[in-house]
Amino acid sequence: MATIYIDNQPYVVKDGQNLLRACLSLGFNLPYFCWHPAMNSVGACRQCAVKQFKDEKDTKGRIVMACMTLAADGTRISIDDPEVRRFRAGVIEFLMVNHPHDCPVCDEGGECHLQDMTVMTGHNYRRFRFRKRTHRNQELGPLVNHEMNRCIACYRCLRFYRDYAGGRDFDVFQWHNYVYFGRQSDGVLENEFSGNLVEVCPTGVFTDKTLKGHYTRKWDLQTAPSICVHCGLGCNTIPGERYGILRRIRNRYHREVNGYFLCDRGRYGYEFVNSPRRIRQPIFRSERSGAAQPVEKQAALEQAAKILGSGERVIGIGSSRASLEANFALRTLVGADRFYRGLAEAECRLLDTAIALLRDGPAPAASMSDAAQSDAVLVLGEDLTNTAPMLAYSVRQSTLQREIGLTKRLHVSWWDDAAIRQALQERRGPLYIATPAATKLDDVATEVYRAAPDDLVRFAQALAHALGAEIPPVSALPRKLAALADVVAEALYLARRPVVVCGTSSGSESLLRAAGNVAWALSAAEHRGQLCLVLPDCNSFGLGLLGGGSLADACRAIQEGKAETVVVLENDLSRHADQAALKLLDEVRHLVALDYLEHATTAAAELVFPAATFAEANGTLVNNEGRAQRSYQVFVPQGKTQASWRWLQEMMVAVGRQAEASWRSFDEITAALAEALPIFAAVKDIAPPEGFRMAGQRVPRQPHRYSGRTAMHAQADVHEPTPLADPDSPLSFSMEGSQRQPPPPLVPRFWAPGWNSMQAITRFQEEVNGPLRGGDSGRRLIEPQPDAAIRYFSDLPAEFEPRPDEWLLVPVDHIFGSEELSALSPGIAQLTPAPYLALSASDAAGANIQEGEKVVLAMDGLHQALPVRFLPSLPRGVAGLPVGLPGMMHVTLPGWAKLSKVTAS
Amino acid sequence: MLTDEERHEIEAEAAQYAYKRAAGPEALKIVQRHRRWVSDQSLKDVAVLLEMTPAELDGVATFYNLIFRKPVGRHVILVCDSVTCWVLGYDSVRDYLSRELGVKPGETTADGRFTLLPMVCLGACDRAPVMMVDDTLYGNLTPQKIDEILAGYRAEETA
Repeated sequence: MATIYIDNQPYVVKDGQNLLRACLSLGFNLPYFCWHPAMNSVGACRQCAVKQFKDEKDTKGRIVMACMTLAADGTRISIDDPEVRRFRAGVIEFLMVNHPHDCPVCDEGGECHLQDMTVMTGHNYRRFRFRKRTHRNQELGPLVNHEMNRCIACYRCLRFYRDYAGGRDFDVFQWHNYVYFGRQSDGVLENEFSGNLVEVCPTGVFTDKTLKGHYTRKWDLQTAPSICVHCGLGCNTIPGERYGILRRIRNRYHREVNGYFLCDRGRYGYEFVNSPRRIRQPIFRSERSGAAQPVEKQAALEQAAKILGSGERVIGIGSSRASLEANFALRTLVGADRFYRGLAEAECRLLDTAIALLRDGPAPAASMSDAAQSDAVLVLGEDLTNTAPMLAYSVRQSTLQREIGLTKRLHVSWWDDAAIRQALQERRGPLYIATPAATKLDDVATEVYRAAPDDLVRFAQALAHALGAEIPPVSALPRKLAALADVVAEALYLARRPVVVCGTSSGSESLLRAAGNVAWALSAAEHRGQLCLVLPDCNSFGLGLLGGGSLADACRAIQEGKAETVVVLENDLSRHADQAALKLLDEVRHLVALDYLEHATTAAAELVFPAATFAEANGTLVNNEGRAQRSYQVFVPQGKTQASWRWLQEMMVAVGRQAEASWRSFDEITAALAEALPIFAAVKDIAPPEGFRMAGQRVPRQPHRYSGRTAMHAQADVHEPTPLADPDSPLSFSMEGSQRQPPPPLVPRFWAPGWNSMQAITRFQEEVNGPLRGGDSGRRLIEPQPDAAIRYFSDLPAEFEPRPDEWLLVPVDHIFGSEELSALSPGIAQLTPAPYLALSASDAAGANIQEGEKVVLAMDGLHQALPVRFLPSLPRGVAGLPVGLPGMMHVTLPGWAKLSKVTAS
Repeated sequence: MLTDEERHEIEAEAAQYAYKRAAGPEALKIVQRHRRWVSDQSLKDVAVLLEMTPAELDGVATFYNLIFRKPVGRHVILVCDSVTCWVLGYDSVRDYLSRELGVKPGETTADGRFTLLPMVCLGACDRAPVMMVDDTLYGNLTPQKIDEILAGYRAEETA
């Protein structure tokens, strides 16, 4: 620890950090632009100037940049010195020379770091009376808006996009007053993290284009802490609503999970909540194939009671995108042995395998923060950028870790970002990627290996063997590959915090288990291998822990006559079941569905209940590391929409089973869940209960500046309505409430006096980059077994053999399109590729197929004509099939398929 | 498309560095020597050769004010407007050139012969005011001397 003196007051701070970080951690108002807590210092903007004194006797001092000066023991500085205050105001004045006075029409207004810093420095009168330079703006695609005239050239956008996110289509051009940040020419930003420019930019150069379509100021948005539902990572978010429309998603900092950033799927996928395909009212079909009739809530419940109470046997099909509470309510309605998980058999097996690896072995689950801080990463079978984008971001950061360690001998501080990158050049730490096809992380990979899934397993097993696991060596491995396995094994073994990344998207259970072998072998050596397993959906892990059969099991139950009625919860079964299973489900006597969007299953259902989305109901979701996190209702939805668990509870009441479904509030159902299933015991403690108050008050969802509360409903009633009650959380649907900082799980937005932008985050952290005040939220439901006897997986598949007239189809994921909900957001839909089939150019040439030509894919009775796209990195005999794209049918992959050319007819 | 000659020159330059991208400024100068300016197409061709994206290379190209990203005339006239030349009357030199050529600074004559550009310091203060035409420096400029210099370039082309 070091003692520093700020305006003659002593403060104890951590060693080795810079003065700006120390001052912000201590709560001082010191303005800055180019520094960012996740991107450290470059000393470009000269805004964080302080005066440094040699010793107590020095009264003259000298001006230094706080972000570039070490907070060494005994450092004496002044923030309030008049000269340095004038200096800071002068810097702002220069920055404002060309900055337009367009705050009233700027989307950033009201949450603009430049506004905040201008006010903070006291620069308030413009002396510059000449023409401002102007720029032409670029069209950067459907997600990010560009307005270059507002730029103050802090370089944060470029640093984030190029240095941290790995984008290469965005750069800085020209010099002096003409410095321009953009693409070489107009076009869609290619990087999957481009939306972070909106939060990284300290002013309004980059703004959220989807928000522009239904613009609302930050102070007019009703917000609540939420969890992203578009992949299994569980990034923390802040959705904002006004007038019943969800308007945007912002990042909610979580040290262990997503840090300061979100991927574009997570940021822009929210518009499905406003989709015209939403179901807003109960629907009844007297004939299954007949027209849908909207019915009143009571009539729908009576109908449900008639179906459920008829004595016919009922099964329930849950969902990996529904909350724990919703799945638990369905499980209670139908009974544990009649609850099915709504996943294909293969999906269930993969999920169970992944959870077992984390629960039964010695290797702990790696959080995204663990992955980012790892000094050696092995990725097996996952195209992370497309299956778990923010994990790809973390892994990219990991490649700097070992090299930053090596720069210590250069006496460069770890936070001196430009110097570190200059010293590193293009050197990156160990990252090995073994996947069927190229990934967007390959540019920072030490080595890549492209092979069919079975060969990936063989490679991983050879690696595990090299690490000393008691599994037999892999014979007949090509010499080059055996050498690579040894190199990777050595890199992992020498690392301090190695992480093995795998997941379910490859479809190979053996690969998962082989990945487990590698991590376990590392753990057995010195207890330090971490395992990071990617799961497909926001609550896959939770559903896995809840248990239950697969869709195939459900079909068997129907076939065997053990079920006449099926209740489907928030699940489009056509995404998980093949044609035969769907037909079977279509033929059950009664099909009841609960969901928020129309799809094949709700279209076939006799009775449909309008369920609430993540933004309209509370829920607990368990992310891929097993961390249960609470997501809160943001707003009260229109129509009859309510949380699925409430519908299920009301159905049980309607059939006279009140005693079993006594939960009236969210707290009561989580308590019931915790009691019924001990694995979920922690779920009721991950966030404060409904009765929690701060100084007797609730936490307001609306900021204290929320405008129009007396006017926004005036067209209906001039009397101001009573704020809606929230029986489920300590948050209120009002601007009234405690203005104190709530505990982390309840933080509805980041704002502090003088800090209107996202930069207010440092006011909510225990220290810069530390946990939020009160500790990291969420809790892991499973822990590894460090002392358990390890039972290695010893199966070894045969070497992959291409077949003469068949292709092995492997899944290809797309960040935009493969996930069901986000694909319905117009911005994401615009970036979603049309269905296609991927072939390597040489394989296609062998089969005499041209790029763009249509071929018919035949597999398991599935026939689909798809245009061919070349994917040069695919191994021989392997073809890629995009998964989950709108218009694609469900197939279990990997699997063998025949291709035939479409004959002109 | 780059010519074989350009490609060989650029590759030879790139071979001298640990990272190909380090040859960016030199590669752009090579293209400019052959074509007088760097078009969008040339920029993309060089980027491919140096394993860069067009954005990365254009960041380099637009940083240097003597890499021309727009077409210039057969001769580029750089008029120094820095301190010494300013004190010794660079503005009359600039205005005279403008009048003689019929173009404003930043423009190219209709016959495509001359492009007139301002330049911050040519490093020849002892001979101020100065200008540079292509690679030749001319000092102690007077209207008469400028006439002679321009006439020389005109004669050279018609000869």
